[in-house]
Amino acid sequence: MAFDRSERPRLPTAIKILVAGGFGAGKTTMVGAVSETRPLRTEEVLTDRGIGVDDLTSVEAKRTTTVAMDFGRITLGNDYVLYLFGTPGQERFWFVWDELAEGSLGAVILADTRRLADCFPSIDYFERRGTPFVVAVNCFEGSQKFDLDEVRLALQLNPSVPIIMCDARKRESSREVLITLVKHSARLRAEPVGS
Amino acid sequence: MSGADGPTDEHWVDPEIIRPYVVTRGRTQPAHGRFDLISMALAVGPAPGPDAGLDPEHLRILQLCREPKSVAEIAAYLDLPAGTIRVLLGDLFDRELVSAQEPQSEVDMHDIKMYRAVLDGLRSL
Repeated sequence: MAFDRSERPRLPTAIKILVAGGFGAGKTTMVGAVSETRPLRTEEVLTDRGIGVDDLTSVEAKRTTTVAMDFGRITLGNDYVLYLFGTPGQERFWFVWDELAEGSLGAVILADTRRLADCFPSIDYFERRGTPFVVAVNCFEGSQKFDLDEVRLALQLNPSVPIIMCDARKRESSREVLITLVKHSARLRAEPVGS
Repeated sequence: MSGADGPTDEHWVDPEIIRPYVVTRGRTQPAHGRFDLISMALAVGPAPGPDAGLDPEHLRILQLCREPKSVAEIAAYLDLPAGTIRVLLGDLFDRELVSAQEPQSEVDMHDIKMYRAVLDGLRSL
């Protein structure tokens, strides 16, 4: 048959969103809640190949580390595939974050109200990089409801940064967080998208 | 000190570490291109025969990539580090057995159409 060329699926455009936050804040839970498969895991064996990427002053040369990342996939029609990457543990792996953040649509920073300070490094990181981000306060079962304005104050968030409550275990709730981020990123980087 | 708990010779060869480099015959960089974690690959053309000189891992990648898959997904499904997948994908790309975004074409983050498509897709989940 002479049809294989036209019937062949095209390469979709891949987009990535980072899910950051402190240990145990629910990153992998959120990735799993909205993805079409269970969270997958990939490993990067890092040697000195990160050298040359900007802002690596604190990274020692020729270090070899294996970093595992959990991620999920959401196929959006024929043209786009969205990948959600849980960022690996903070300070030690900034150079992995640099690769992940490069070309990303933005980041969700999950905040756990029991350990709010855990998301400071993520906030600092994305602010410094100029990566659009939203803060999603993960309301665990039994955790008391927090006033979002208080959380915003505690995190010293810029007023333009969206902050929302979520339940990272719930697909609907996690999806709302992503929609908030995409709108925010569009506002910052493109023309306004409807509300 | 040679207690029963001390390391033995066998422990020096950790198959988990060695295997990725055996698979790539010691190569750590792809012959061609630079794939990032979300570079997409798709198998093209007829499946190569057994005389094509491909390794089982190459064939598994081709099998997986009948639908578009990212480097990260291929690595996860084959249980190999992403760096190893980049090398193998480079081989397949050179032989024109996969089409791939190479190098990863940067998504235009100012493209309003992209944001609309992503929002529509998320809303219809």
